[in-house]
Amino acid sequence: MSINVLFFARYAEAVGFDSLEMEGDFATVDAVRLALASDPEFAVLNESSLMCARNEQLCDLNEPVQAGDEIAFFPPVTGG
Amino acid sequence: MAIRVQADAFDPGAEVNAMHAANAGVGAVVSFVGYVRDFNDGRDVSGMFLEHYPGMTEKALAKIGVEAGQRWPLLKLEVLHRIGALEPGEPIVFVAAASAHRQAAFDACAFVMDYLKTRAPFWKKENTPDGPRWVEGRSSDHAAAERWK
Repeated sequence: MSINVLFFARYAEAVGFDSLEMEGDFATVDAVRLALASDPEFAVLNESSLMCARNEQLCDLNEPVQAGDEIAFFPPVTGG
Repeated sequence: MAIRVQADAFDPGAEVNAMHAANAGVGAVVSFVGYVRDFNDGRDVSGMFLEHYPGMTEKALAKIGVEAGQRWPLLKLEVLHRIGALEPGEPIVFVAAASAHRQAAFDACAFVMDYLKTRAPFWKKENTPDGPRWVEGRSSDHAAAERWK
């Protein structure tokens, strides 16, 4: 299946781009994260404070993933 | 409920006045305005850039607003957040809650700010004499949000 992965703020700077299309079978958001984080370029995704969203809603790493999903990874938010 | 995410500056006073303009049932308006400071974490700050997640930002703020409306008897709620480049002294965020009586308005305003701080996808990048730096999340913000559970 195909999914779209987004990175924001410090994470986008660390990986060098802000979006990525991925092909593969991913049961959960964490499976997507682990598939990327095996590459040192994506080491930032190993931070314990990482936040994630599925289809524009905050979620846990064990959130299920479906084809066509938009998965986003980002550092703790700092608005307000 | 009004949710606005905008690059343009706004006038907090005008926003407060609009909270009760069309509704004489409003007995209380509580508002919060957050401003860009010129100093943070030991460094002078000459300005900042606010990045966000277009699409999710509006949804996240609306979700927080809906939850506030379920918890307190609100007559009106407004959340306004700036994005893009900002200078010290400029307002970044405005939250106002209108209700018949004060306690609901006080609580709803504090709740929306606490949830916004930990759940709305905004990121601040400050300009300092050492160059730009991303603002780090604060654990005190998470402690503040926890009190509403």
